[in-house]
Amino acid sequence: MNGANPKTAMRRGTAMSVAVLIVFLAAWQWGPGLLGIPSFIVPPLSAVANEFVRMLSRNALMFHTGVTAAEVIAGFILGSLLGAFFGYMLGMSPTAEVALSPYILALQIAPKVAFAPLFVMWMGFTVYPKILVAILIVFFPVMVNVLTSVRTVDPDLINLARSFKATRAQIFWKIEFPASMPPLFAGLRIGSTLAVVGVVVGELVGGNMGLGYLLAFGEGQANTPMVFVTILMLTLVGGIAYLGVIVLEIRVLHYLPKRALGGF
Amino acid sequence: MSDVVRLEYRNVTMRFVDGTGNSLVAVQQVCLSVRDGEVVSLIGPSGCGKSTLLNIGSGLTAPSEGEAFIDGERVEGPNAHVAFMLQKDLLLPWRTILQNVMFGVEIQGIPLPERERRAKTLLDTLNLGEFGNHYPHQLSGGMRQRVALARTLAVDPTVLLLDEPFSAVDAQTRIVLQRELAQTLKRSGKTALLITHDLLEAVTLSDRVLVMSRRPGRIIDEIAVDLPQRDDPIARRQDPRVNQYVSRLMERLDIGHTPAERAAGAQA
Repeated sequence: MNGANPKTAMRRGTAMSVAVLIVFLAAWQWGPGLLGIPSFIVPPLSAVANEFVRMLSRNALMFHTGVTAAEVIAGFILGSLLGAFFGYMLGMSPTAEVALSPYILALQIAPKVAFAPLFVMWMGFTVYPKILVAILIVFFPVMVNVLTSVRTVDPDLINLARSFKATRAQIFWKIEFPASMPPLFAGLRIGSTLAVVGVVVGELVGGNMGLGYLLAFGEGQANTPMVFVTILMLTLVGGIAYLGVIVLEIRVLHYLPKRALGGF
Repeated sequence: MSDVVRLEYRNVTMRFVDGTGNSLVAVQQVCLSVRDGEVVSLIGPSGCGKSTLLNIGSGLTAPSEGEAFIDGERVEGPNAHVAFMLQKDLLLPWRTILQNVMFGVEIQGIPLPERERRAKTLLDTLNLGEFGNHYPHQLSGGMRQRVALARTLAVDPTVLLLDEPFSAVDAQTRIVLQRELAQTLKRSGKTALLITHDLLEAVTLSDRVLVMSRRPGRIIDEIAVDLPQRDDPIARRQDPRVNQYVSRLMERLDIGHTPAERAAGAQA
């Protein structure tokens, strides 16, 4: 793209993107038939579309999507708040970081989704274990990003504030907190997609609500189109969550040069 | 300029413990005083503790021995009489230029209308009036450094501590900024201690130049710059006597000698 002006690059890129989509959809519709792949392995696009319409009435697809979306949002918001809170606390207190870092590291290494059965055993077939897995999985990227940002604030900036006799609270609110916004949003972007993973695993493990449940149900019935529809809906839920973060990010980080933003 | 002493260091010594546990002396027994309205430059080799002195003066670090005084008061910590400016502009990217200039006065709790008035006046004086609502990334390096100067002046300190304020900008911008600083200092009658590596800058901007030795840093010479027009460094640059001062400083700093010559000189 060297030398091309950004507008041309943008238009060309969009055109190519649409072309890729059309090719992909066409390949999906006619590819399996041409290659002799049976439709219970890869159902063609039209079969999935029909299944989607059928699921809307027969399987209360929108209800399950709504449940999953609500769990994702709750888990994402709570996980982000907790992650940010601990990130700021540990960032400002080196003692606390040294004391807690081995345990935090251990918890970070443990695959969070493995907790799902445990949480279901504790809390039953409710929405809570799903939200809890999402909280746990969202927590880390947000916390680590916030912690690093607080740690890496230019000490000269802190000294500048101190030279004006800033209090600890002023240093936090006027420097450390705003300085942490770009990394916080980078963490939130990752968290928003991971929240969906946490919720689905929770739903797969137990319960009779949500897209994860439909996924298991479709598998049990050997209904491949149903599994495809569910995956698409999950992607949609994750995409909306991600988009929400981007919209907020553009508002909050409005002061950054345009190039620094974007990058979907 | 009056005889009131605004900034004074009395027998200031600073020791650090380095990574390997050795104690090293950054500055040793430094005594200096700057009178009201005077501009004094401090030059010396890298690592001779110039910036340490600045940190002590601004109350950010306490000296190991000795004491610093600002306006006759012993420096116990950061105080409103002194403000510093570094090579880095330290502008906050999420604040507009106007908000950046108000940063210090805002922390000091000065009411919004008053701090806005001060910031706008300063921006106007530094020819940045129309950029108040811009963000730092939209400005050039030289403009950003002028904003940093405005932020430093906004708290209305009696003493300015300047640590290589223009070493990160290009040579031409530096000349313009030096003149603006000189005029601002003259107009406001502020007292300033300027740390610099640029010998020409030291001579053209100051009333006196202090020379520091290699670590442990001590003040080994003091040169009064007896030239007119301290408020116009560009005019001073034309003055042939400037070269004599610069040569003398080079001599004192041992610049232009090979290590062998230096050793021979030390033995002689």
